Amino acid sequence: MGRWIARVIALAYLLLLLVVPVGIVFFRTFRNGFSPFWDAVTTSQAEHAFRVTVEVALFAVVGNTLFGLVAAVLLARHRFPGRGALNALIDLPLAVSPVVVGLALILVYGRFEPIGGFLDDHGVKIIFSLPGMVLATIFVSLPLLARELVPVLQEIGVEQEQAAWTLGASGLQTFRRITLPAIRWALAYGVILTLARALGEFGAVAVVSGGLVGKTQTLTLYVQQEFQNFDPIGAYSASFVLAVIAIAALIVINVLRPKEHS
Amino acid sequence: MTQLDAPVPIAHRPAPASRSVRRSPSGFGLSVGFVTIYLSLIVLIPLGAVVSRSNNHGLSGFWHQVTAPDALSALRLTVVAAALVSAINAVMGTLIAWILVRDRFPGQRVIDALIDLPFALPTIVAGLVLLALYGPNSAIHVSFAYTRPAVVIALLFVTLPFVVRSVQPVLMELDQEMEEAAKSLGASPFTTFRRVVLPNLVPAILAGTALSFARAISEFGSTVLITGNIPNKTEVAAVHIYSQIQSDNVAGAAALSTVLLLVALVALVAFNLIQRWATRRG
Repeated sequence: MGRWIARVIALAYLLLLLVVPVGIVFFRTFRNGFSPFWDAVTTSQAEHAFRVTVEVALFAVVGNTLFGLVAAVLLARHRFPGRGALNALIDLPLAVSPVVVGLALILVYGRFEPIGGFLDDHGVKIIFSLPGMVLATIFVSLPLLARELVPVLQEIGVEQEQAAWTLGASGLQTFRRITLPAIRWALAYGVILTLARALGEFGAVAVVSGGLVGKTQTLTLYVQQEFQNFDPIGAYSASFVLAVIAIAALIVINVLRPKEHS
Repeated sequence: MTQLDAPVPIAHRPAPASRSVRRSPSGFGLSVGFVTIYLSLIVLIPLGAVVSRSNNHGLSGFWHQVTAPDALSALRLTVVAAALVSAINAVMGTLIAWILVRDRFPGQRVIDALIDLPFALPTIVAGLVLLALYGPNSAIHVSFAYTRPAVVIALLFVTLPFVVRSVQPVLMELDQEMEEAAKSLGASPFTTFRRVVLPNLVPAILAGTALSFARAISEFGSTVLITGNIPNKTEVAAVHIYSQIQSDNVAGAAALSTVLLLVALVALVAFNLIQRWATRRG
């Protein structure tokens, strides 16, 4: 009896909070068939927003993959002064509100700040332009990959790396031939996490991009604009695309996850 | 099991037991340099700029900004809503973890995978999705849009996975023999849960609750559409900061940002202490 009550309460909660709302949006997207959806996502504005989103996300993923690999190897394989600080600071971005991320970047790279002003004088525009959006996206997804890699690096140990080194392999060779294959699943997992987070970022990008239509508007900003312009089908359709990407990421993650333990 | 957002603190994983792998010293130096510059340029200097800007006019200037009626009201709403949401998460998250681990029903694996959806879904989409059921064009004709309950619903959605994903692994590892012993000694299922299972789950529940509090305090995207951002009524702290930036009150935005940063850091420190306490206990 108690078991049934628990089951009904928990499932009802999940239905009302998660399943039904998502289901309704999917239903409303395709209520009048496929063509309104297709028309909405193939407008030039939507297509441009999608391109900007992908572009920003790719830059952020490349940056954070490089950073995550280097930081994880440092944390898992080296002891050095400042290791503790790096350890603590790397998680910091997760505690920062997206809006604060945007404000923080404006206060350094904005046109009226010393650094931003200097860059602007030399023709480098950061805020209200792609570089700022990339920086914001990097900020919010910064720890995801390193956090996946550190435990895996610690678990595989250093024996094989030391053997390779003893046999005369260089540091880079050892990394490429020994370490990288051993962490490839965790790496793939971390990259997908970072990519999913980067594609879906809204708040930080909203602050630094200015949301200029046809220029710095990402897909999430487009959703907001369409909704506020009373074009629900446009908002629903773009949301559907974002949701499908999120669900695809979840599925890939669920497939990749168990392989680490085998 | 996937955790898209929940920080697993690297700091409390065991320090590397092995000796450092010897690499060329220049490679090591290059790595440290790269990581330091990357973190500084993107995270540390900008955050430092926020804190320093909030103090531009001294502590009294900071205080003046934070105690402005709109700011104070946004802050109060955010903290109260986050506390309420964390409390609901503590109960519902534990319950959901329990049915996912101890119960068997068709569709369980799908439900399990769905728990992570709020982490994967962009926050603006989360807001839009909630409006479909709880907005003006509600499918069930109950509209919470532009009211304070809407804030709570949005925060409940985005923080759903924290407690579930922190309690679930602990529950899986828990020895069921203790529960069977309690049952055979005549304890009711509820008593067994309260006296035997629950004490073992407390650290995990608290850890998940602390994380969901930190997230709820900083949430922006999911609240933008459904709350209507009415100052003094439904405007949460992050939205208030956003509107201050838009209206060029950088000092006010920086002051409130600093408060948010501090509160989130306190929640994260609490989370780390709970983890440490749990490791010691276990």
